[in-house]
Amino acid sequence: MIDFDVVTLSRLQFALTALYHFLFVPLTLGLSMILVIMEAVYVMTGREIWKRMTQFWGVLFGINFAMGVATGLTMEFQFGTNWAYYAHYVGDIFGAPLALEGLVAFFLESTFVGLFFLGWNKVSKIGHLIITALVALGSSLSALWILIANGWMQHPVGAHFNYHTMRMELSSFSAVLLNPVAQAKFVHTVAAGYVMGSIFVLSISAWYLLRGRNIAMAKRSMAVAASFGLACSISVVVLGDESGYLDGENQKMKVASIEAEWNTARAPASFTLFGFPDVAARKTHAAIKIPWMLGLIATRSTDQPVLGIYDLVARARSRIVLGMEAYSALQVLRSGPAESPDAAALQRFEANQADLGYALLLLRFTDKPAAATPQQIDAAAWSTVPNVPVLFWSFRVMVGLGLFFIALFATAFYLATRHRFDRNPWFLKLAFFSLPLPWIAVELGWIVAEYGRQPWAVDGVLPTFLGVSRTAAGNVWFSLIGFAVFYSALAAVDAFLLTRTIRRGPDGLGYTP
Amino acid sequence: MTSALIGYATLRVIWWLIIGVLLMGFAITDGFDLGLGASFTYLGRTDAERRALLSSVEPVWEGNQVWFVVGGGAAFAAWPLLYATSFSGLYLAMFLLLVSLILRPVGFAYRGKLTAVRWRAAWDAALTLGGGVPALLFGVAFANLFLGLPFHFDAMQRPVVTGGFFSLLHPFALLGGIISLSMLVLHGNAYAAMKVGEPMAARARALGRAASAIFLVAFLVAGVWVSSTLAGFQVTSVMDHAGPSNPMRKTVAVVAGAWLNNFHAWPWMWAAPVCAVLGAVAAHALLHLRRAGAAFMASVVVQAGTILTGGFALFPFLMPSSTFPDQSLTVWDASSSAKTLFIMLGAVLVFLPIILIYTSWVFRVLRGRVTLENMHEHEGGY
Repeated sequence: MIDFDVVTLSRLQFALTALYHFLFVPLTLGLSMILVIMEAVYVMTGREIWKRMTQFWGVLFGINFAMGVATGLTMEFQFGTNWAYYAHYVGDIFGAPLALEGLVAFFLESTFVGLFFLGWNKVSKIGHLIITALVALGSSLSALWILIANGWMQHPVGAHFNYHTMRMELSSFSAVLLNPVAQAKFVHTVAAGYVMGSIFVLSISAWYLLRGRNIAMAKRSMAVAASFGLACSISVVVLGDESGYLDGENQKMKVASIEAEWNTARAPASFTLFGFPDVAARKTHAAIKIPWMLGLIATRSTDQPVLGIYDLVARARSRIVLGMEAYSALQVLRSGPAESPDAAALQRFEANQADLGYALLLLRFTDKPAAATPQQIDAAAWSTVPNVPVLFWSFRVMVGLGLFFIALFATAFYLATRHRFDRNPWFLKLAFFSLPLPWIAVELGWIVAEYGRQPWAVDGVLPTFLGVSRTAAGNVWFSLIGFAVFYSALAAVDAFLLTRTIRRGPDGLGYTP
Repeated sequence: MTSALIGYATLRVIWWLIIGVLLMGFAITDGFDLGLGASFTYLGRTDAERRALLSSVEPVWEGNQVWFVVGGGAAFAAWPLLYATSFSGLYLAMFLLLVSLILRPVGFAYRGKLTAVRWRAAWDAALTLGGGVPALLFGVAFANLFLGLPFHFDAMQRPVVTGGFFSLLHPFALLGGIISLSMLVLHGNAYAAMKVGEPMAARARALGRAASAIFLVAFLVAGVWVSSTLAGFQVTSVMDHAGPSNPMRKTVAVVAGAWLNNFHAWPWMWAAPVCAVLGAVAAHALLHLRRAGAAFMASVVVQAGTILTGGFALFPFLMPSSTFPDQSLTVWDASSSAKTLFIMLGAVLVFLPIILIYTSWVFRVLRGRVTLENMHEHEGGY
């Protein structure tokens, strides 16, 4: 019934296109804010250099922005092309924030971005600043709606299953909007984008200073990046994802996997700094632990335990058994007349519908989930554990980078206030070579959040493998290879134009015909 | 809460109209930059001429394209079964559409970055494809709705799509492609005639007139085909207009000429095709009289009239199934829940007017013609 070639290929394509899209989006978020800051200084002081700075970084913003828009188109339609059952099953809820993203945010951003570039002589100084601010506001609002949609996949609140339509339907829109996981993700992701923008400006300005060119602009740019980046890098870490972590079963499993915590730790749980997770033995070797730390991070307390993987699998097992009840009751309801449903089946379904998604996990192992064997139930329960070593290491590298960014910006901020950039070439080199690091951090963050959500497309509701379109594997091969080739070519052009513009510098901004 | 204010059936009709409005918004705004993109290498022979043409749409095309993105998002939110089944059913066509649309943001942003002739020629080709291929595919896809797509649902209501890319290329679908391509080329050239200087405007008037003539012929041929031999779909069971969205509870018959049923039942609907035809005739004449602004308005009428004609003919079908007609998607059995439709209606009522206000403001700021003499004022750091 399920073609696992299509599942694997569709997942690969989604991961490829989403990770690729996410190379450009955070930089758009960050640079747009920095442009607002620079232009605000221009409007307040009237100094021409701040306008030239806005225009120079604006050109780099534009090269990157085009790629973000281009690759975002794929994301908007991929839920339909490759994840048709997902789109049907949760579209009643998930579609709304996507549509709102277009209506509220993307329209704003896209309508004004043209005037940002081409409207310098068409509107007043203040008018142009407002346009720039609307572009930045549009891109951050866009992230808000996308993360409300994504937060719902992580922690599906405000929804119920309707057996007449065989899908999830909205019960409370405000619950979807105010989902704590979505709120935490928004702050974390947007701040990460601001950090990326700041490092981008910091690194490239450092390169100019090392070359001894465009010094006035580079120093001012570094000062902006250092102060904005310092505030944002602290926000990323402090207001990070974890405030939403323990809402929802999958989030608990994610924390346990990130920690490679196989057995529930007694309160206060200690934090595993390093170690070697062994999936086959379900153990972590050579773990170095910091007492109390995990309990503080994950539960904000010293007296609550942090559940380990074994206990979470046991909980999944019991939910699968309840889900089987819901699944068999659903079969009865679906085969009977819609107008007068079987009362006993309806009651059995209502009582267990919250666990229906767990029964769907069994479809990977059997065509008849209602009659699953204990071995199949066990296999399905263990399938709720994501890839522990990948999560363990991705998280550690990401957090390490986050802490490094704070140190980097703190140093930059100190040097900027003391006007000492030129006397510290070691720092300029460090800043320049840090350029690729925010991309590594955000991509790993995506992996922790989304790969860590597996096996679910929507936590506890719909397994990923079930969400795919029933299309031919050949079609997905074709589009996957097509996107890989096409995107690689675009990446080469994008990188070429960025480096060319940076090398030519602010002086090379003649728009020669 | 929701049913007390507006009934489920009414909400469904309103959302059918909203999708229509978004499609029309898309054709009327993004339509001109797609049509201009498809023909700008013909209208502009030198690099300066081409830059003037591109400058006339550069500041606005990005916002225009959002009509398409919002259309996709609104279909997802309001008609999830349609979104799921149509996009997976048109899989390779969607891939082709996405690749060509992706060429546009990069093409507009990157073309002017280098002066090398080959660089610009390559982006000219990319922008031409990025305008022409979607303009063609939209019509092919829309005409396929008249033919029905090969899909059905399994026991878990999973959409199963059979048939491949080439099954989409029925002669009637190709005719649909000609209609949409000529309609958008007309629109793009009416815009160019209004917004750019000579000699590009003269070429745009000529090409726009040719496009309007092709449109007129293709549209009338399609009309004759639909009213004579082409099979249409009609619901033959009584449907609960406020029932749950389950597309497997009705019966549908396939009858030649059935796509005209609505026009017979509600003769006022003939206004839509009449507008399309008269609009095309008027655009043709007005371009000849060098009244480019009026010609553009006539072309707006063509866009709206054509889309309404298609929508009126199909109603209440959203997407018929050619293999299992009883499982076709209709307005009455493929929507979101009443709650979602109601909340999203509120959002549209608040935000669509705001969007229209700031979009008009942007167009007003950018009023005026781009000529070879004043072009430098319109170019910037894009």
